[in-house]
Amino acid sequence: MIRFTIKALASAVALVSIVGGVAFAEGEQPKPPRESWSFGGMTGTYNKAQLQRGFQVYREVCSNCHALSIPFRTLGQSGGPEFSEDQVKTLAASYQVTNPEPNDKGEIFKRPGTPADIIPRPDGYPNDQAAAAAFGKAPPDMNLLAKARKYERGFPWFVFDALPGLQYQEMGADYIHAILTGYTNTDDPTWNLYYPGHKIAMPQPISDGAVDYKDGTPKTLDNYSRDIAAFLSWAAEPNLNERRRIGLGVMIFMFVLAGLLYFTKKRVWESAH
Amino acid sequence: MTAATTTHDPNRRDFLYIATGAVGAVGVAAVAWPFIDQMNPDASTLAMASIEVDIGAIPEGQIVTVKWRGGPVFIRHRTKKEIEEAQNVQLSELRDPQTDAQRVQKPEWLIVVGICTHLGCVPIGHEGKYEGWFCPCHGSVYDTSGRIRQGPAPLNLAVPEYKFLTDTKVKVG
Amino acid sequence: MSGPSTFVPKSAIGRWFESRLPVMGLMHSSFVAYPVPRNLNYMWTFGAILSFMLIAQIITGVVLAMHYVGSASQAFQSINDHIMRDVNYGWLIRYMHTNGASLFFLAAYIHMMRGLYYGSYKPPRELLWIIGVVIYLLMTATAFLGYVLPWGAMSFAGATVITNLFTAIPVIGTPLAHWLWGGFAVGAPTLTRFFALHYLLPFVIAAFVGLHVWALHVTGQNNPDGVEVKNVERDTVAFTPYATIKDIFAVSVFFILYAWLIFYIPNYLLDADNYNIANPLVTPAHVVPEWYLLPFYAILRAIPNKLLGVVALVAAIVILAFVPWLDRNPVKSAKYRPAFRFFFWVFVAICIGLGYIGSQEPNDAMTMVARILTGGYFGFFLVVMPVLSFTEKTRPIPASIADAVLAKKTAEA
Repeated sequence: MIRFTIKALASAVALVSIVGGVAFAEGEQPKPPRESWSFGGMTGTYNKAQLQRGFQVYREVCSNCHALSIPFRTLGQSGGPEFSEDQVKTLAASYQVTNPEPNDKGEIFKRPGTPADIIPRPDGYPNDQAAAAAFGKAPPDMNLLAKARKYERGFPWFVFDALPGLQYQEMGADYIHAILTGYTNTDDPTWNLYYPGHKIAMPQPISDGAVDYKDGTPKTLDNYSRDIAAFLSWAAEPNLNERRRIGLGVMIFMFVLAGLLYFTKKRVWESAH
Repeated sequence: MTAATTTHDPNRRDFLYIATGAVGAVGVAAVAWPFIDQMNPDASTLAMASIEVDIGAIPEGQIVTVKWRGGPVFIRHRTKKEIEEAQNVQLSELRDPQTDAQRVQKPEWLIVVGICTHLGCVPIGHEGKYEGWFCPCHGSVYDTSGRIRQGPAPLNLAVPEYKFLTDTKVKVG
Repeated sequence: MSGPSTFVPKSAIGRWFESRLPVMGLMHSSFVAYPVPRNLNYMWTFGAILSFMLIAQIITGVVLAMHYVGSASQAFQSINDHIMRDVNYGWLIRYMHTNGASLFFLAAYIHMMRGLYYGSYKPPRELLWIIGVVIYLLMTATAFLGYVLPWGAMSFAGATVITNLFTAIPVIGTPLAHWLWGGFAVGAPTLTRFFALHYLLPFVIAAFVGLHVWALHVTGQNNPDGVEVKNVERDTVAFTPYATIKDIFAVSVFFILYAWLIFYIPNYLLDADNYNIANPLVTPAHVVPEWYLLPFYAILRAIPNKLLGVVALVAAIVILAFVPWLDRNPVKSAKYRPAFRFFFWVFVAICIGLGYIGSQEPNDAMTMVARILTGGYFGFFLVVMPVLSFTEKTRPIPASIADAVLAKKTAEA
């Protein structure tokens, strides 16, 4: 079986290298640089303080145009920004939410939010059409953005990206970080180094000093970009911490079980020869 | 096909089989749990597990029904007469003995889950012999404290966990 | 060839039951006493792995259907907001299901390649092989229908492209597509009916798997040396415990790979575009199917004519059913067929190469290579197989399975 596999891989690699050589001749925008993330690797987890800062960036900057359709309560759940129950309540109450059902008089009404509510859309843009009318293109909902953005890694890198120890799952975060730091043409606020074709609909949204961090983290564009990318990674994949924890247990367990089964199999087969 | 079996220590062989079987069984049980737990109430349902109700506008003598955890909760603003009736019952007369004081935090406000303890129908307020509730399904009769007095239901109407946040605001759940 | 039904239950109740409905005897003769060639290698454990994956897909699928909403306005949210965020372990079960589909196909491809390599399609196993091709077609249909259900941008594009294949059929093509869609484009009715069919087809697969196993137990298994069992006592071992424990061990190893995907790289095989909700007015910049359909996608794109492209796509799968009559060489195993073995590995490389091209954006050079490889794909079946049937100088095959095992042992010692 091993010989079988090696042969298959060897012939495939040879062929794909020939074919792949043809593919990457044309020039494109550069690939986003690979950053280091607290939630990368095999055992990485989200950094609570970073997610809290990222939420601050979202609230003060992004939320003017972008929706983030997640419930307030998730901001307090474990593995996330872990705001306290009171903080979540206060935060939710500071938003006006349209009640899903009419009141006794049949009127649709607004009320202060509760933790069970979904973060409302930006005030001026109750739907994508309104946002598109205002901006030319509707700013995407950010709740899945970090999973919805990726970039081509190309052969052979995409093979390594799947392997234990080398695996690379943070392309979305890298993409977001790269876009936010990619407004390098001072003459044109919609020119972006990393955006395909370089013309992006979103003018530079944030720059040094725009958000007032309270925890002493330097107020730089790079930090803002990093923190919002981490926060959006959490928003898109809130169960990552739990997934890694369970995954480690499953892996250890399966290696033990497979080992035991191997010796059992050997023992059973001894009687067949 | 039989030659090698006798050359091994049978105890070791048994231990290997038992260990493998036991570890395998643990694995199957662990895998089963997520598939069972997925049917339990999810995070969004649990988040709705408590509601806040404004009771300031409920006039004396009226019952308001609110939806809590997918079912009805009765909030009854009791009259003086109803409170007295509820308090002046001998415990020995009751099938599920409870004093009125055990069932309310403030005597004028009775808050109970509006589900008949017989088979889950919703009783009708201000009806029945005791003018508490009457269940149309099988004729259970409750008094003004929501206690079972006649009919097939075994227990009093359940009192949910609740808390008065202010004089006019109560949090159920 | 299936074991003699000498099974007698120990208990009186068992005997009472058995004389009225001999289900335990059937189980016993199929999965306990059933004789298995003793020279099988680990390539023969993929049948068990596939059974495991089918069961895993059905269980996780039924569970997901408890939370999924099959309507165009809610499907995307019911998966990405409800199942993935709120349902207890919903993320786990969803990742199991979506990565399970990939591993199901991986195991199926290894199983099919093993069949090709060792000549498992040759007499008397032609029907066994054809049932396998039917299962593969059903798997493809099920996977396609399932891919539409999240109602992401790539779901929508995939549904559009694949259903538009039918419009290539002359005259009835367009009405047929409208019938499939329940409208004039992929839309809300399409999603709901695809959900119903996606729920149905796995049970059809399970029925065909039953036939597949039945046919297998009539002819007995092929083996790496491709010689039939001559003496049950010398050439075979009992299914239980020998094959059972080997299969369970192989499943546990395969499960490690499965767990790696689920817990560490759950989105590696998924398309990022499918985390954007479907929008009928915009097609993603780069439409590609899941990896397991990429070779066929490359064949489709290699042909510059719509109808012929679809014909080539269908032919690429259907041709598998004719393999028992394309390869007439009496020697089964590639172990004793050096020329066939060489071309087999070329064929594997062609499939992987086509898969890579299918994943890339088309350009002139790519299309050229795709055409050459498409020619190679069909050449393997239509030229190499028939020619080698009569011209290949094969190496001597062992007289029996027992001889082959003995020879291997001597060589190792």
